[in-house]
Amino acid sequence: MARKFLSGNEAFAEGIRLSKPQVISAYPITPQTIVVEKLSEMVENGSLKAEFIHVESEHSALSCAMGASAVGARAFTATSSQGLLYMAECLTYAAGGRFPIVMMNANRSTALPWNIYGDQRDSLSQLDCGWIQVYAKDAQEALDLALMSYYVAEHREVSTPFMVNLDGFVLTHTYETVDVPTEEQANRFLPAFESDHKLDLDHPCNLAFSAGPEHNSAFKYKEHVGILKAKGVVAQAEEKFAEIFGREYTGLTENYRIKDAEYVLVTLGSIFGLAKETVDRLRERGQKAGLIRIRYMRPFPAEEIAEAVRNAKAVAVLEKDISFGYEGTVYTNVNSALQKAGISLPTVNFIGGLGGKNISGEDIEEIFEELKEGYRGVKFMGIGGDGQWRR
Amino acid sequence: MAAMTVKTLSEDEFFYGHKACAGCGGSLALRIALKVLGERSVAVLPAGCMSAVGFNFPQLCFGNNAIISTFAGTASMLTGIEAGLRARGITDFHAVGFAGDGGTADIGIQALSGAIDRNDDILYICYDNEAYMNTGIQKSSLTPFGAKTTTTPAGKNIRGNLRPKKNMFEIIAAHGIPYAATASVGYLDDYMRKVEKASKIKGTKYIHIIAPCPTGWGIATDETVEVAREVVDCGLWYLAEYENGTFILNHRPEQFEDVEHYLRRQNRFRHLTDEDVQWIRHCRDEKWRAIHENFKEKTER
Repeated sequence: MARKFLSGNEAFAEGIRLSKPQVISAYPITPQTIVVEKLSEMVENGSLKAEFIHVESEHSALSCAMGASAVGARAFTATSSQGLLYMAECLTYAAGGRFPIVMMNANRSTALPWNIYGDQRDSLSQLDCGWIQVYAKDAQEALDLALMSYYVAEHREVSTPFMVNLDGFVLTHTYETVDVPTEEQANRFLPAFESDHKLDLDHPCNLAFSAGPEHNSAFKYKEHVGILKAKGVVAQAEEKFAEIFGREYTGLTENYRIKDAEYVLVTLGSIFGLAKETVDRLRERGQKAGLIRIRYMRPFPAEEIAEAVRNAKAVAVLEKDISFGYEGTVYTNVNSALQKAGISLPTVNFIGGLGGKNISGEDIEEIFEELKEGYRGVKFMGIGGDGQWRR
Repeated sequence: MAAMTVKTLSEDEFFYGHKACAGCGGSLALRIALKVLGERSVAVLPAGCMSAVGFNFPQLCFGNNAIISTFAGTASMLTGIEAGLRARGITDFHAVGFAGDGGTADIGIQALSGAIDRNDDILYICYDNEAYMNTGIQKSSLTPFGAKTTTTPAGKNIRGNLRPKKNMFEIIAAHGIPYAATASVGYLDDYMRKVEKASKIKGTKYIHIIAPCPTGWGIATDETVEVAREVVDCGLWYLAEYENGTFILNHRPEQFEDVEHYLRRQNRFRHLTDEDVQWIRHCRDEKWRAIHENFKEKTER
């Protein structure tokens, strides 16, 4: 194990190096570029033995990764924002084909207006495409998720592509001290990719075929079951990970000071660190504030969230996303989880951080303050010059 | 090298039991190419006629490894397959793509251009039936001048497709590709020789084969091969190769057959006026002038 001072992108690239993908296909887009630059250097200096394919678009990046995965090779790609949307056709294709590709997505705003900074509208808009989606909180978790993503995606019961999301700039370009495991440790954790359903020259088969109305539902059901099974495999991966690397993760969610919390804030991604500090400050003032960080959006931690807020008075969902004409996607999912669990609490959706707008500790304090009003619905944070919050 | 001919061709069938229309030229192009390439072929087919007729679960019609790619992704998926197998230490295989004219010259041209730019070791075969036949005969950029399609109807105001056929062969050659060729299902010996030759060349290979579609062209199902010969014999298509930076003409008709006969026998051209036919004849002559200037002649096998 080596301690290194790395950005989120660099840490993730180290994790990918240790995961030994055999084929990397990628197209550059800010703020993902440093990952593919680092991987190119690793291929050049021999520390990573992979075929690096300079594709001419994101659509081809994922199409190429699917080809590699279809013949049983471990494949990696990375993208962001417009690139993710450009490869959208291939996202559902990879999921339906059960190709366990890993992709890093640097969360970035989507045009229009053009904006290169971070929000989560890119990946959340693709929530239904059949990929496992996880959101890292810091550079260390990003590195660790690189290794864990292949473990989960390639598990025979899962066989589902895996998207690791890092908040653009805030996480991808921010430096932290990171433990970089040894290759020996990584090899102990991650077995070689073995696929039962691949294009095998000695046992030819036909893949990615058509299935009419009679068979289609059965294929889609199996796809659904595959991603649901990821939940158990994540737990299994984390247990093995803790054994070998000594770092523990907590499944689909991570909670903070939740036990006796009356007011709970649900977050996604790297804002968690700031939210924790804010909760500590509020706790010092005697307020019973608590936090849930959703790590996995798919499979969705419905039971975990319901259980965590069962005794709360109100729940806030802060997300860098809006499904225009309704509300934030995370909020919709959280409300559905509560409804199914028979929990009827005031819930408020705080839409903030769009296009990289800063969310401050004071903003988070204000969220907890507003939560006491008993309002249910959507609030947009800091619009225009007056900085007002709008319903 | 002893070229493969109909007599020496493998009796194995790799594309069998599919539901292509009677007289389909595309399915013939696939069947023959796979016989030449053999069982260690991994075929990629995008959305289009041949994937629509060959991959209907549970009736899967390829005896070799085969996969459907996204419509735009034939070449990029081939790249991944080639790189993936090589990364796994496997080298004795052919990664071969079969895409139609729309999948090649329209939606798939970007990925194809990228693969040639990288010189990926793949063989890309375009079976050109000159329109989007699978979806019901819509115009592609390889639909020839004058052809009636369902999106270029022949009416009072517009008489079918008004644009010339995109010159894919020379666009591909302009990349500096190791090997490119044109072919026709009417000249199978020439096609087989080219597939075999391409299979032995490292880097990207491209073969563009004219494959008539009785349904879309409005010809009888037993006229496919005859029409595919006639298009070459009347000079509206030509058999050529591009190799080491040089264009080579493989077959020069002594005298062109009548363009009008070729056109008038097909329902898609039946509305053309005499002036239209004259214009097509003129364009053919212009093209052949350029061929004589730029192509070397080499007809030996």
